[in-house]
Amino acid sequence: MTVLQIVALVAVAAGGGAVALATDPLRQTLLLGVFGLALVFLFFAFQAPDVALSEIVVGTIGLPLIILAALRKISEQERTRQRDEDRP
Amino acid sequence: MSRRARLWLFGVAGPGLAAVLVIGFRGLPAFGHYHGVYGLVVNGVELSMRHATDYVTALNFDLRAFDTLGEEYILFASVLGVTLLLRVMREEDEEFSAAGRGLDGSSDAVRLLALVLVPLLVALGVYIVLHGALTPGGGFQGGLVLAAAPAALILAGRYLELKILAPSWAMESAEGIGAAGYALLGLGGLIFASVYFRNFLPAGNPGQLLSAGFMPLNSIAVGLEVMGAFLIVWTAFLDQALLIRRRSLEAR
Repeated sequence: MTVLQIVALVAVAAGGGAVALATDPLRQTLLLGVFGLALVFLFFAFQAPDVALSEIVVGTIGLPLIILAALRKISEQERTRQRDEDRP
Repeated sequence: MSRRARLWLFGVAGPGLAAVLVIGFRGLPAFGHYHGVYGLVVNGVELSMRHATDYVTALNFDLRAFDTLGEEYILFASVLGVTLLLRVMREEDEEFSAAGRGLDGSSDAVRLLALVLVPLLVALGVYIVLHGALTPGGGFQGGLVLAAAPAALILAGRYLELKILAPSWAMESAEGIGAAGYALLGLGGLIFASVYFRNFLPAGNPGQLLSAGFMPLNSIAVGLEVMGAFLIVWTAFLDQALLIRRRSLEAR
């Protein structure tokens, strides 16, 4: 095993742990993007450039973008509900 | 379940899982030592018979092209589900004036970067799709990069411009044409080579753009579908987050 592969494995372990331990959903989403990037390096270090190429887009834009949009929609709806309840 | 009970459950299940994993990993072949025959066969067959130099693409689009058809339609069906669930409902309105809200904080430098990124990503995506059978990449990877190109405009806080650059009718047709085209390429195999998804085009010279039989065509079909699929899903989610609002109580 090369140094690059060990570094990539450690980065993935740390990234995955960080995602699981984050409590704030917004921070968790950004960490998920960083975790995706660590996975890209892992796949690349283990000679799977095809998988790495897909993971670049899926892990760093594809999934976080969808989650961010969903989070925004949820907070928006909560604000609307609050406004409707506050009305006399 | 109380916190105490959950900790007890984990205290039993955690070490059990760890023990099973340790036993399993001890039975694996040594790191970096491949003992399968399948990989060796793929390496031999795809270069000598199909003149493809990227075996991952060759596996996806030639040897197991039929599996890829299934994957194609998994993606197709899930996109269909997302658009159905995220459509504009009866008590909702689309507010186009609100499109930039919350996105307009990007600096001039980021906006310039996004502008530079769009053409570069398009070029890279087309390159990856067309060179699928030659170098790492292929339809799926290239299609993703192509989808990321208009998505770069989100960085610039220009969501409505994304919808102009990648209009929904174009993305829907790209997805449909890609999915149908891939199935039709399989039919071509049935007609010209008597087996569904058997290669029916000449192999060409290894390393040249027009080589590896019908793999470049498969790659283009998948690229179109994946690009369309991801942009449809992204815009469906972003429409919900940025444009679609529930009507206030008195307007309903």
